[in-house]
Amino acid sequence: MAVLELTNISKHFGAIQAVNDVSLSIEPGQVVGLMGDNGAGKSTLVKMIAGNFPPSHGSMRMDGKELVLHKPVEARQHGIEIVHQDLALCNNLTAAANVFLGRELRRGVGPFRILDYASMYKRAGQIFAELKSETRPRDLVKQMSGGQRQAVAIARTMLSQAKIVLMDEPTAAISVRQVAEVLNLIRHLRDQGIAVVLISHRMPDVFTVADRVIVMRRGRKVADKTIASSSPEEVTGLITGAIEQV
Amino acid sequence: MALTIDQPIEHKQQTLPARLFASQTFWVVIAVIVACLFLSFATDAFATSKNLYNITRNITFVAIIALGMTFVIITGGIDLSVGSVLCLSSMVLAVTMHAGYSIEIGILASIATALAIGAFNGVLIAYLGFPPFVVTLGMLSIARSLAMVASNNTVVFQFGPDHDKLLALGGGAWVFGIANPVLYTILLALITGFTLRWTKFGRHIFAIGGNEHAARLTGVPVRQIKVAVYMISALSAGIAGIIQTGWLGAVTTNIGTGMELQVIAATVIGGANLAGGVGTAFGAIVGAALIEVIRNSLGLLGINAFWQGVFIGGAILMAVLFDRIRNFRRSD
Repeated sequence: MAVLELTNISKHFGAIQAVNDVSLSIEPGQVVGLMGDNGAGKSTLVKMIAGNFPPSHGSMRMDGKELVLHKPVEARQHGIEIVHQDLALCNNLTAAANVFLGRELRRGVGPFRILDYASMYKRAGQIFAELKSETRPRDLVKQMSGGQRQAVAIARTMLSQAKIVLMDEPTAAISVRQVAEVLNLIRHLRDQGIAVVLISHRMPDVFTVADRVIVMRRGRKVADKTIASSSPEEVTGLITGAIEQV
Repeated sequence: MALTIDQPIEHKQQTLPARLFASQTFWVVIAVIVACLFLSFATDAFATSKNLYNITRNITFVAIIALGMTFVIITGGIDLSVGSVLCLSSMVLAVTMHAGYSIEIGILASIATALAIGAFNGVLIAYLGFPPFVVTLGMLSIARSLAMVASNNTVVFQFGPDHDKLLALGGGAWVFGIANPVLYTILLALITGFTLRWTKFGRHIFAIGGNEHAARLTGVPVRQIKVAVYMISALSAGIAGIIQTGWLGAVTTNIGTGMELQVIAATVIGGANLAGGVGTAFGAIVGAALIEVIRNSLGLLGINAFWQGVFIGGAILMAVLFDRIRNFRRSD
């Protein structure tokens, strides 16, 4: 069964039709590349799934149940995790503090509960080990490389039992070696049965790691096919409009 | 060598001495100690119990507000209204008690006033998106004006039936001959330090200062916390006002004038960063201490008091210079 299913989703802002009648479904343990030019509606689509704003039309279903989101927090409660393009990290805090931001572990009773530093360091360390990342829980994010920062942002999604992880341009601003690191992180998520939606401009990344590619142009879904049955040339054509639809 | 999971978990970026030497607060502590040692030898009057009693007590009023200001500055905000809020809270206390009410009611009214002003500042800043500088600049003017209205711009020096209680509260020395304001400051500093280090609220304050957008995206209640920090800042000004009233034994409408600058100077000297994300309770106290020691020493050394501003301003620049030098080294 599909973990997430969108049916005839549309979103308009005033007269601007940002997303137009898009339907798609995502299976557990699947990596889906979501591609399209700037303004194609990728971000709008992702923001609706993330609970930033509701769709104008259409419905979303998660594990077969109707999904209505009012706030990003609710999306998280349903097991939808987002890795934002800017990673949403606080430079002045440690890796562990960033992983647990907004979900800090505490110990004690009632109102007398204090931050449980030891448990947070431990759990964060375990997640980094699972991700095979060299990131250390006590290090300040300020002093980290792009790949390590990605690992911190991705580690957040592994705190709770995430079902689907949306990643917005995770490889946009990092070095070649770090891109390989991030693609490995995505594979680790997939291996745990988590569905990953990879929003990217970078053709090689999508073709390396994704199982399926969805292409959007001018708010519409113009392609949805397996990586094996497509090619970078075809996808480029779909993005630019040289190929109308497949 | 097999790498176990515990090694990365236990790994610290810097050893304790390295962290100490890299900390601005540490060097300010050294500066305070060196200044005190120098003054003890250079003058006869410094290391007397009377002078030390005065110094420690004088530190407190700035220090208490600096503790509250630390919360605001860590979030990346600023509160320019604290001097005026101190004045208004003192005046509310004085007028209420002068009218014959008990000290408890006076303090309650005074604290309530401070909290209401803090909430007003916070709501404008957090919910309506006003810049903190502008909101609190406006409040700087409003609160002092209200204090004049409340007292008809007179000096209040009679505090009704509980007059002596109020004077004992601020001017007494109930434990081991330590001035009461010093005890309050130590207590408030401990509470502040604990809150910043050990509570979720404290953690979120640092997160907002580090990256407000990130904090919001990860579900931190940014707006509520911002309102809370401005309330804490105003509350600290209110508490300082009550204590100062008890110590002075009189309230005029010009107490606390220009105090916001001293308070901000103290927090910045102590290591807080006006850009947000950095600050400690200990730093606020140490910063206030350095300012007071400078002031005291100028008097004892017979240097014209007009030079005071130059030395305090110099201390601010020196403290921030340390921070800049470290950043230059890092970016090289």
